[in-house]
Amino acid sequence: MSDDVQIECRNIWKVFGADPAGFMRRHNNQPDTEALSEEGYIGAVRDVSFDVHRGEILIIMGLSGSGKSTIIRCITRLNDPTIGSVRFDGRDLLAASEKELIEIRRHKMGMVFQNFGLLPHRDVMSNVAFPLEVQGLERAEREAKAREMIELVGLGGRESYFPRELSGGQQQRVGIARSLAVEPDVWFLDEPFSALDPLIRSEMQDEFIRLQKMLRKTIVFITHDFEEATKLADRIGIMKDGHLVQLSTPEEMVLNPADDYVAEFTKNAPRDRIVSVQAIMTPTRAKAPKKGTGVEGRLSIGEVAEQVLNSDGPVNVVDKDNIVVGSIDRKRMTKALFGREGV
Amino acid sequence: MSVATADGVKGGIGLRRLPTDTVWGQLGIAVAVSLLLATLLNMFWNWPAELVLPIKIWITDLFRWLDKEATLGLFTVKDATRTVSWILKQPLIWFEYLLWKGAKPFQMLPVFWIAMATLAGFVAYRLRNGRSAVLVAFLVLAVVSLDGLPHILLSLTKALRADPLMEPAAFIGISEWPGYLLELLAPKNKIKPLPWVAVVAGFAIFAHWVGGWRLAILVGFCMSYLAFTGLWRESMKTFSLVAVAVPISAVLGLFLGVWVTRSKRAASILTPMFDLMQATPHLAYLVPVVVMFGAGQVPALIATVIFAMPPMARCTILALQTVPSDVVESGHMNGCTPRQLLWKVQLPASQKTLLLGLNQVIMQTLAMVVIASLVGAQGLGHKLLFSLQQLKLGFATMQGIAIVLMAVALDRVTQAYANRATDYEHRESRSFVEQHFHLVLFAAVIIVSIIAAYFFKDVAILSKKMLLADNKSALELDKSIKQITFFLIDYVKPIRDWLTVYTLIPLRNFYQGTPWIVVLAVIGVLGFRLGGRRLALLVCSLFFFVIVLPGNWEFATTTFYYVSSALIVCVLIGVPIGIWASRSPRVAKITMACCDTLQTFPSFIYLLPAIMLFKVGELAIIFAIVPYATVPAIRYTYLGLRLVPEVTGEAARMSGATTFQRLWKVQLPIALPEIMLGVNQTIMMALAMTAITALIGGTDLGQEIYRALPTSDAGRGVMAGLGIATMGIIADRLIGAWADQRKKNLGVE
Ligand SMILES: Nc1ncnc2c1ncn2[C@@H]1O[C@H](COP(=O)(O)OP(=O)(O)OP(=O)(O)O)[C@@H](O)[C@H]1O
Ligand SMILES: [Mg+2]
Repeated sequence: MSDDVQIECRNIWKVFGADPAGFMRRHNNQPDTEALSEEGYIGAVRDVSFDVHRGEILIIMGLSGSGKSTIIRCITRLNDPTIGSVRFDGRDLLAASEKELIEIRRHKMGMVFQNFGLLPHRDVMSNVAFPLEVQGLERAEREAKAREMIELVGLGGRESYFPRELSGGQQQRVGIARSLAVEPDVWFLDEPFSALDPLIRSEMQDEFIRLQKMLRKTIVFITHDFEEATKLADRIGIMKDGHLVQLSTPEEMVLNPADDYVAEFTKNAPRDRIVSVQAIMTPTRAKAPKKGTGVEGRLSIGEVAEQVLNSDGPVNVVDKDNIVVGSIDRKRMTKALFGREGV
Repeated sequence: MSVATADGVKGGIGLRRLPTDTVWGQLGIAVAVSLLLATLLNMFWNWPAELVLPIKIWITDLFRWLDKEATLGLFTVKDATRTVSWILKQPLIWFEYLLWKGAKPFQMLPVFWIAMATLAGFVAYRLRNGRSAVLVAFLVLAVVSLDGLPHILLSLTKALRADPLMEPAAFIGISEWPGYLLELLAPKNKIKPLPWVAVVAGFAIFAHWVGGWRLAILVGFCMSYLAFTGLWRESMKTFSLVAVAVPISAVLGLFLGVWVTRSKRAASILTPMFDLMQATPHLAYLVPVVVMFGAGQVPALIATVIFAMPPMARCTILALQTVPSDVVESGHMNGCTPRQLLWKVQLPASQKTLLLGLNQVIMQTLAMVVIASLVGAQGLGHKLLFSLQQLKLGFATMQGIAIVLMAVALDRVTQAYANRATDYEHRESRSFVEQHFHLVLFAAVIIVSIIAAYFFKDVAILSKKMLLADNKSALELDKSIKQITFFLIDYVKPIRDWLTVYTLIPLRNFYQGTPWIVVLAVIGVLGFRLGGRRLALLVCSLFFFVIVLPGNWEFATTTFYYVSSALIVCVLIGVPIGIWASRSPRVAKITMACCDTLQTFPSFIYLLPAIMLFKVGELAIIFAIVPYATVPAIRYTYLGLRLVPEVTGEAARMSGATTFQRLWKVQLPIALPEIMLGVNQTIMMALAMTAITALIGGTDLGQEIYRALPTSDAGRGVMAGLGIATMGIIADRLIGAWADQRKKNLGVE
């Protein structure tokens, strides 16, 4: 296991029903869809494996009921996987005792919930200070830390408000501040913005990007919204009926969707912002490196589209040292931009 | 259920139904066969006395044995019950000192030190945090009780009737010093109880804090009534019992509720027990308690605690189950230990439900405390019982009103508090006095009134001259009630006689002539149709083993006769009112307010108007049940009709149905399951009430309990109580199964 892997999931199954463990045993740990539906079990997560690297933002997407929440809940052990293994910082999370688990959650994990999960009977300050309170920190210390977090999410001055006195966006800020108060290594967010209306959602996304720039945490983020995903993600995983169908960079996903289901997700993606020039160029066949002028390969195609579309022939693509690495013509550009040839 | 659906399918695809497939067919066959059996063999008609299983005697012997001989290793059961009594007695006597008895200075020491500990805890909380507050308070109490240990031991050994281990006089510690101080202050070595002014003002201030001016005035009025009718001392006696019983029941219920949600095994034992306890009438609790603990305040307290605890447990279970999963999970993710999760997340987040549970506990406590006067609880209930037995209706009315007003005050205040608790509102920083305005005001009122009480006696307790109503007015009231009833009797008597002769007596004769085996067959068939073999087996065995076998069949028929007659009236009144309310918001508001109020009355009260109108007799019994038990019929009808989707009515209107047709053919059938659940509640309440009507005669199971009381015949009382509970449970299971089935067919839920 490489050093920069923070979380390693292998062959996770989560089956809901009367006797999940017995059911899995009867089917050699590989039940198929018929077996599940015949015996009335729900395969919320089916044979999912992936790694989360240190410092990356991994986004999990999928339709409602595809098992996104369940997979995150397996990693945080809010649900115990039926079978499979989860390693966190190299240690077997499923073997962790209740006590160890509490320790891990207290110091290594932070989580933001879709419906905020704020404590209705506590004001902003003591909601944010809550994780520190359960750790047994002194009041002065935890309030100082909480105040810092409240400032960070821009709620300074509202410490004494109760959740129901705040708007949805503000409540989620409290949720974020609370999850950050313990300075976790890994930050889980389960559709943190989907209960908010579009304007506030986009504001919160910007806020989130700002925070992540400062904090550089490992993040597992769930969303319904592909646009949101491309705005934030290093890598995207798409789930369908409990399977992880594709896990790759947004660019790869747009260009090479694994199947129609994934393609459907990427259909309305802002390709001009996601795809880089070097991903769609025709690589040069020249052996010797040659300097030249042209568009830079790591730019997104949106940024160079005008230049390429307005020129008659192919345009050179260069790397950061101005060495020509390939070329791109109008036809390729159009295809990349609109997902099909011709206009 | 599987049977019924299979049946439905058969009918649906048009197979010709045999008569034996329908409910009526099966019922008919069952009745015919069982009647035949009963005619052939008399034992199926009336369970013969020689075959009665002496369960009652066994139970009586068991309790006698527990009381006299049983040991738990080191000590006897008797020792255990005495210790429990002693422990429960301590807070009770302090409340009594405080509220109505007054005390010698040294008797006030525990109260003094508890107050000191609370104060120290409060200061510690201000300075540091909750944990150190508890620590400090605990420390103070620990030091004091260590210091006072000899006294405590002496008191305990006295209670246990054992020899004291050491002479208390040898130890006189610091904890006694405040006693000398108080002695200096108190003239004639006696400290007076809290002046009525302080108590009334305290209630009003609390009411203002939780619910504003209107509530404060209402509560102030209710409490003043107690003072101005000369019932203050009696009320405070009742109130001391309530004040001690409520926290104990609440805490006990809370812990049991938590335990049920934590452990499957606890759930499997306790949940059915709570069901049973809920169905068992108040009165039945008294008998075993009397046998084990004797008569008096403490046994009354114990019976009350046991009776009032299940609602709290239920509410706790409900509260814990309805905390949003988000909130619980965020607690987990923040690294709460299970205990932190419970105390810092789940319980506080569901405050509202818990407080409603507390409200129920208070209401049940009050109802029970009144009834517990039968085992020697002092206070309003005792007076009321006495007046009722002597048919002094004027006194009874005044005392009854006092109980009702007390109930209303307590109910409104706790409800307002429950609703307030979820109304979180941030407060900008204010000064201590501003933040604790009500507390400061209350403290001031106490101090001022205590001082004033030295100079004006009327502040402490109103003198005879100051009363607005006293014994004389009660006598006058008595007279006028007699006149009114005398005047009314001309109208009431013919009705009463006609009803009795033409409906009640035939009905009673019919029930009493019914062989038990027929009833068994009928509930068996119903159980089988509605819930399959298991339900049938359950209801039949309950019926046979709890009612028939111990020889309670005849009493049960009488109970059934009261309940079913009352039920008919309740439904005839309740359902139309419910319908009416569902059609007009204004009527609904008034009706629901009336229902709320009626439900706060302790059940005892309903005997009063019944006696006034019909004197003692069967009609009075039924009449007493009706107002008490009609409430759920109204409420559920109203709710059921409100739940019918608007479009259903619209659709019917579009197909040209008249209002009446719409109601009869569309809305009522859809609301029927809900209405039946209301009827179910009505039955339960009617059963509970029949037990209480034993006070005004009757020959039913309730009377059995009542008769068991003075003779301490535990078995007789317990089996009669269980018999009533069994009838309730059978009705509940059958109706519940029917409503489930029906709802499923209608596609709701
Ligand atoms: N506790 C549970 N018991 C039974 N089934 C469950 C449970 N939790 C989840 N499921 C089922 O597992 C499947 C996956 O649920 P999950 O909550 O992971 O979906 P999701 O992708 O997060 O959906 P959404 O976008 O609506 O949040 C669903 O079919 C759901 O019904
Ligand atoms: Mg989800």
